Amino acid sequence: MNLAFLVDKLELRTACCENRLAREVQGGYVGDLLSDVIANSKQGDVWITRQSHQNIVAVAALREHAGIILALGAEPGADTLNKADREGIPVFTTGLSSFAVAGMIYSLMNTQ
Amino acid sequence: MDWAYQSSFSIEGGNFENAGKASIEIKKILKNLKISDEILRRTAIVVYESELNIISYADQGVINLSVTGDKILISVDDVGPGIEDIELAMQEGYSTATDRIREMGFGAGMGLLNIKNCSDELQIFSEVNKGTHLSIIINRMERES
Repeated sequence: MNLAFLVDKLELRTACCENRLAREVQGGYVGDLLSDVIANSKQGDVWITRQSHQNIVAVAALREHAGIILALGAEPGADTLNKADREGIPVFTTGLSSFAVAGMIYSLMNTQ
Repeated sequence: MDWAYQSSFSIEGGNFENAGKASIEIKKILKNLKISDEILRRTAIVVYESELNIISYADQGVINLSVTGDKILISVDDVGPGIEDIELAMQEGYSTATDRIREMGFGAGMGLLNIKNCSDELQIFSEVNKGTHLSIIINRMERES
């Protein structure tokens, strides 16, 4: 399952790195505490969070996440998008809650 | 001793704009040195948490990275308020972070514990109103579990 598939199924808006949607999604992680996310998420995860400030990019880059989904209408600032672009981390936005996004991805992964 | 790599990174306290920059650079260097994924993961977490501790709490600091054939040595020195009670600071959930830091999702009281969990050896020395020193060793030979 790749990012393009998720964008289509969850109707996500792509805020950064449209050219990297072929990236494979291995799993997911939900978290707003950066120490929790860096310690417990995995390489290839799509990270679902309410945090939209620029520091999320370093966490996703260090853990080599497939991408970041900003839930519940959180909008990334220009500084976040600049960093994401530089590190090649796709960023998506959605009005859905973290719970809904995680549930949908979980069920898509298990029916693939 | 034969160093495969050695370098220092200066970190400015309070500068959240550059938070993670040194960690990303260090990870790229280690990747080029063909460090295994699991050791890379643990080192990245140690360096990131150390970097964020300096930015969140200290005035300034330095992260020294040395890679030898069998070890990754990380030493962190900062000039800052120091840690009053190291045992308390090691407890999950304990944090002296300000609201501003917490709003960004930092200051969850997990940083030092993450460092400890990812290290094979960790020593912490701190003096109140002077600063904190961390000495970390990660063995390049992967541990069990």
